[in-house]
Amino acid sequence: MANVKDLDIKVEYVTRVEGHGNIVANVKNGKIEKCEFHVVETPRLFEGMLRGRSIFEAQHITSRICGICSCGHSLASVKAAEDALGVTPTEQTVKLRKLLLDYEFLDSHILHVYLLAAPDVLGVPSFIPLIASHNKTVRQVLRLKKAVNDCCDILVGRHIHPITMIAGGWTKLPSKKEIDAQIKLLEGMAEDLGEVLKLAKTLTFPDFHRKTEYVALVSDDAEYPLLNGDIGSTEGKRVSYKDYKKSTNEYIDPRSSAKWTKWSGESVFVGALARFNLNADKLHPKAKALAKELGFKPVCDNPFLNTVAQVVEIVHCYHHALDILKDLKKNGLDYSEAITVGVNEKGAVPVRAGDGVGSVEVPRGILHHNYVTDKNGMIKTANCIIPTNQNVSNIEHDFAKLLPEILGEGKDKIRLKLEMLVRAYDPCISCSAHYLDVTFVE
Amino acid sequence: MKTAKKETKAPAKAPKAAAKPKVAFFDFACCEGCQLQITNFGELLLDVLGAVDVVEFREAISEKWDGDYDVVFIEGSIGDHHAEERLKKIRARAKVLIAYGSCATTGGVNGMKNGFELDEIRQSVYGKDYKLFDSTYTKRVDQVVKVDYYINGCPVYIPELVEVLKHALRGLPYTVPDNPVCAECKLNENVCMYERGVACLGPWTKAGCNSWCVNNGNICYGCRGEVKNPAKNAANDVISKYNLKPELITKKFEMYNKCKEGVK
Repeated sequence: MANVKDLDIKVEYVTRVEGHGNIVANVKNGKIEKCEFHVVETPRLFEGMLRGRSIFEAQHITSRICGICSCGHSLASVKAAEDALGVTPTEQTVKLRKLLLDYEFLDSHILHVYLLAAPDVLGVPSFIPLIASHNKTVRQVLRLKKAVNDCCDILVGRHIHPITMIAGGWTKLPSKKEIDAQIKLLEGMAEDLGEVLKLAKTLTFPDFHRKTEYVALVSDDAEYPLLNGDIGSTEGKRVSYKDYKKSTNEYIDPRSSAKWTKWSGESVFVGALARFNLNADKLHPKAKALAKELGFKPVCDNPFLNTVAQVVEIVHCYHHALDILKDLKKNGLDYSEAITVGVNEKGAVPVRAGDGVGSVEVPRGILHHNYVTDKNGMIKTANCIIPTNQNVSNIEHDFAKLLPEILGEGKDKIRLKLEMLVRAYDPCISCSAHYLDVTFVE
Repeated sequence: MKTAKKETKAPAKAPKAAAKPKVAFFDFACCEGCQLQITNFGELLLDVLGAVDVVEFREAISEKWDGDYDVVFIEGSIGDHHAEERLKKIRARAKVLIAYGSCATTGGVNGMKNGFELDEIRQSVYGKDYKLFDSTYTKRVDQVVKVDYYINGCPVYIPELVEVLKHALRGLPYTVPDNPVCAECKLNENVCMYERGVACLGPWTKAGCNSWCVNNGNICYGCRGEVKNPAKNAANDVISKYNLKPELITKKFEMYNKCKEGVK
């Protein structure tokens, strides 16, 4: 097939926080004139709305930035709040937060890999046709999702907008029975998980490579860093989470109401592939074994394989969560740690003026929250840097390299690959599943 | 600004029982967590999909539909000019419209924007270039179009969602219970949050969530909106008994209910 000489592409989809996003690409006489990624959201102005609210309300409010990553936002928020207040969480609190983060990864990655990314590879527009063609798998995936969701219900009251996990600790701690129930739910997932992993091994992705800077949390201990750590990059850079601004360098581009970021070069990649590229040696042995079986090695510079990195993380988080639960079962919990805080009417948590940062890995990449508070714990300024924003520039740079490479493949394949690339970043469930309206002018 | 009355009436044109009703989901300014609640049904989702014909559900599927809808779910609040026009167009194609989740029914947390001067808050986030991005004061869905059913909550409570959906599909009216959350909280035998030393919005907030947050050791944040006739004297008693500042309660209420005041 001859190269598409003239191409006018407008890809429209909706992102979650960043709102509606469009891709605009023009090709004239085989030459790319324009290849841009626009984010045109309804600005919700969370950072503005937080001003004047109590630091003890920040988790509840910022959880509402995203229903899909509400546990991730909550974790970044409580860490930033505690950093501002000068509160050090207890060991038990940290352990339970890590467990919650494992659940968040499991839920999000299972949904993305199987219900959103897999339909592309299997050549259907959504998981709905798969209900007929791959009924067993769809049922297995929905059961897996439900089991993780049930674990979250037990641990934090509900998965979407967690209730019990707040700045200062936990309002309710899982009983012995509830720890057992979570172990049972996770162990019950083993068979379905094994089956769907088999399917994952059969998926094939486009062969596309572009060197870029991968950014994720890094640490000096042996654990795969998701909740705590410094900010590191594959360019050998490392800064404290407190210096998150050095690693993001936010700027406004008139084309997008999402703010853009960069570090060493023009774009950065955050997400599962970045974490894998920086920390693969710290994965759970079972996850390492899967990566080896798939021939998946760091540093991998194919963005389509972010989905594969997610599959590896599913295995990691599954076993990591089980390890935490078994440890809690063995050593028990200290129930005297449960706290009642509200907006700190009774001074349950000591308050000071502060400037706190919370940086956490969430399914789509590194997330930063930063609050400056006055001496009464009221928020003066707030800043939230969301993974999708950090990836916007990288997606655009990938498009610029990918498009000339696939111009000869015909419009259907071009369309599919553009869609797949966007979905690989898992910018958010909403956007990745949304239709892509691609028009060609030839 | 005048707003539509909140009582739910049976819609004039209910979908026929025989044909599979065409159902669509649309989101506006929100976190999309209420849509996601549906994917948390697990395998039950396949039963629901068997009973209705989901023609648009951007968060989960790519399929599109250009006909009329029997039932539409509107998630999110309205915060720019484009959204307002889009919502009106959807209403024109929908037999039944359900305001779905707090952002749609009360304006939700997006309403806090209305506590600021619009240009000031826009500038605080985007700096001098703030005018590049359209943003209006937040409106609830019924401040823009007629709403047939309300499903409150942030996020929605699945048993209530199922209940409302059953009513909507049969064309029956559904009335949101108008008791305070305390009524359910008492049945759940929770220790009152006021007794635990913190202020809770349970006494003023519509029930129907089975006192979800208080069951989990947290306070009620008022996400389901205010009961129609809050017991003012009892509320004043609570405020004076626990020596609270009324402003504290007002401020807490503004997190979800700022749109109640109408749009400037």
